[in-house]
Amino acid sequence: MAKMTLDDKLGVDRFKVDEHNAHIIVDETYNNIDEINRLIMACPAGLYSYNDGKVDFNYEGCLECGTCRVVSLGKVIKSWSYPRGPLGVEYHHG
Amino acid sequence: MSEEKFDAIIVGGGLAGSAAAYTLAKAGLEVAVIERGTSCGSKNVTGGRIYAHSLAKLIPDYAETAPLERKIVKERIVLMGGTGSTTIEYGDEGLKEPAYASYSVLRAKLDAWLAEKAEEAGALYITGIRVDELLQENGKVTGVVADGDSLNADVVLLADGVHSLLAQQIGLKKDLTPHQVGVGVKEVIGLDEKTISDRFGVLPGEGVACLIAGHATGGAVGGGILYTNKNSISLGTVVSIGHIGDGEGLKVPDMVERLKESPLIAPLIAGGELLEYSAHLVPEGGISMTPQLVGDGVLIAGDAAGFVMNLGFTFRGMDLAIESGRLAGEAIIKAKEKSDFSSSGLSEYRSLLDNSFIMRDLKHFRKMPDFMESSQIYKEIPEIAGEVFGSLFKIDGSAPKKMLKNVNSILKRNIKLTTLIKLATKAMGAM
Ligand SMILES: Cc1cc2nc3c(=O)[nH]c(=O)nc-3n(C[C@H](O)[C@H](O)[C@H](O)COP(=O)(O)OP(=O)(O)OC[C@H]3O[C@@H](n4cnc5c(N)ncnc54)[C@H](O)[C@@H]3O)c2cc1C
Ligand code: SF4
Repeated sequence: MAKMTLDDKLGVDRFKVDEHNAHIIVDETYNNIDEINRLIMACPAGLYSYNDGKVDFNYEGCLECGTCRVVSLGKVIKSWSYPRGPLGVEYHHG
Repeated sequence: MSEEKFDAIIVGGGLAGSAAAYTLAKAGLEVAVIERGTSCGSKNVTGGRIYAHSLAKLIPDYAETAPLERKIVKERIVLMGGTGSTTIEYGDEGLKEPAYASYSVLRAKLDAWLAEKAEEAGALYITGIRVDELLQENGKVTGVVADGDSLNADVVLLADGVHSLLAQQIGLKKDLTPHQVGVGVKEVIGLDEKTISDRFGVLPGEGVACLIAGHATGGAVGGGILYTNKNSISLGTVVSIGHIGDGEGLKVPDMVERLKESPLIAPLIAGGELLEYSAHLVPEGGISMTPQLVGDGVLIAGDAAGFVMNLGFTFRGMDLAIESGRLAGEAIIKAKEKSDFSSSGLSEYRSLLDNSFIMRDLKHFRKMPDFMESSQIYKEIPEIAGEVFGSLFKIDGSAPKKMLKNVNSILKRNIKLTTLIKLATKAMGAM
């Protein structure tokens, strides 16, 4: 099988994005690099990065696993909930 | 939503929720299931293979009606080293007998099917709605708030999965810690039915389950999983969140990629097409992470209660989810007869669980989560196996080494003898 990027993989999935509400809110100004790196290592969708001294996160493409919640709630993650029904990722295999 | 009061509201239309709904509806109780996904199963992920015994108890003709992928007839355990891989394969006609039957499954189909069964029995399904909080009066749970509407019931069953944010809200459960859960990442790879049967050496309708320790997670506590479905292969990794970054320090999404590139897996998925990429958490703490299972007007079942066993050679959560859902249903039926939905009225659930395989097996394997955290299983042991077999099979015409001496020197290079003995003792204790 040809190698795929994470973006390509997420492109195969189906999402109904909640345009108005972010279900995960991060503290963009958080600056403990070790903590931010833990999230970068852990998120299966690769949604976290650190650019120009700011935590960069986009909830579109979130697979709703909650790994980031377990890793960093109360630190980088200010709040975490599931998206409002029926929005978010929609698995057809699972 | 209406003003009517249900006998029971179930949060979550996964396997635990629908097993409970089916049990309650069949007994004539008015039950509503609220599921945040568009349809039941659309938010859920498993490995996976279901051991069918508890489903058989609930729906005896499941083998004819459930959307099962393949009957598992071969078990493979792989110790994957950096270069050499050692595979142990177990096949037995006995695995095909109804009592031991297990099947690969995909949740979008399986959960939708079980929900349909419960609906046919009379349960009401409200899908595409997230429950936001539980209603409480004097400490007793009296219903739920979903999408701004209140819905009342004598009892609420929390079958809302591994995080169970609702159980956390009312203090029945604490937030998950990184050592209590693993993160699973899975790819469903499409291939035609015959190609899969040929590559895995199985007859039509039959399949393989495979657990892989070692190289894929780069030595971090965790492993790879592979299950053959009818027209696809489920391939993924599960890694303990508390150990992400250990060993070689691989990123979680890179682990499945490494698995796919390994010489063992690459030919099995060659020509395949990615159909889905998913991620989900798995409870891994065993019995020590069991929350308070019963409160006034409320019960907890399935992953929400942490009912999963990761034994290294096999992985079980779905059979526990179904059984705990069914038992929660039975307990609610008893409570209804007594019109007592307080925690003492619902306490039957606790005794039913204690007398079931769930608590028996969780107790039996109570030391397993600790053993599974031994880093040597994921690093040194696969390398040792690879080197030992390598020394047997790599023949270049030079003089063979004395077996015992050779194994000794391989062991010495990789692991301290005392560590190995401790590991073996721990394994025996955990089994
Ligand atoms: C990668 C991986 C591999 C696994 N492999 C295996 C295996 O091979 N064999 C096995 O037996 N088990 C396996 N398991 C474990 C198994 O998948 C789980 O134990 C099982 O799915 C638990 O079912 P459940 O019904 O308790 O929870 P879930 O399937 O998680 O269902 C919970 C439901 O609640 C809904 N929900 C949650 N919150 C709300 C809310 N607020 N409002 C409305 N709805 C809500 C969700 O959408 C979901 O439908 C694996 C798990 C993973 C992640
Ligand atoms: S929930 Fe999972 S996929 Fe979504 S941002 Fe957090 S770690 Fe990434």
